[in-house]
Amino acid sequence: MGLIGEDDAQEIRKRLEGLVHPVKLVHFTQELNLQYGHEAKQLLEEFAALSPKLSLEVYNFILDKQKAAEYGVDKIPATVVRNTQDYGIRFYGLPAGYEFATLLDAILAVSKGDSGLAPKTKEGLAKIAQPLHLEVLVTPT
Amino acid sequence: MSLAQRFAIENPHIRADCIEVTEFPEVAEKYGVYAVPKTVINEQEFVEGALPESRFLEAVLKALPSETGPARAAEAD
Repeated sequence: MGLIGEDDAQEIRKRLEGLVHPVKLVHFTQELNLQYGHEAKQLLEEFAALSPKLSLEVYNFILDKQKAAEYGVDKIPATVVRNTQDYGIRFYGLPAGYEFATLLDAILAVSKGDSGLAPKTKEGLAKIAQPLHLEVLVTPT
Repeated sequence: MSLAQRFAIENPHIRADCIEVTEFPEVAEKYGVYAVPKTVINEQEFVEGALPESRFLEAVLKALPSETGPARAAEAD
């Protein structure tokens, strides 16, 4: 049975119609010993099938070490949201519940290549010229 | 979508991870997470709760250790 029900799939399809440019999800998993690993992969596979502009690439964290290093992924399950450009957006953990809505928003924003921030905020951010790492810690709701 | 990730779209120097801490207890332990969302800046500074855009920007800029951040007190030799 699928993880995304038909009603949800329809709703998600509608939201994904807002995709402008193609978005690629790069997922790192290690299926053997992770409770959530398999579920996360299946969820993303079902999800990516809902729009022709959404694609999924799956790597094994252990076997594809070089790819993981390339993306700076240090734990799994991990999902990178990118278009032709990598904006440094990563999701760690199973993107379910509220996190799924966050992922969907991120995909739409990345597709537009637009942060949607206020002009004043953009101005402030333009001053940052050194590496900055933000980690947003959340729990499932 | 978190403000942190919007910031990452805006500036190529910024990367933003969204971490589900119940799946990564080692991260929760490292940073001492008692309430969420909690944003960690460069593994050192913390922002608790969801702040409005302008205040989050302020917090991020303040955490930067250079000319964009607050002046550092000169250290005596």
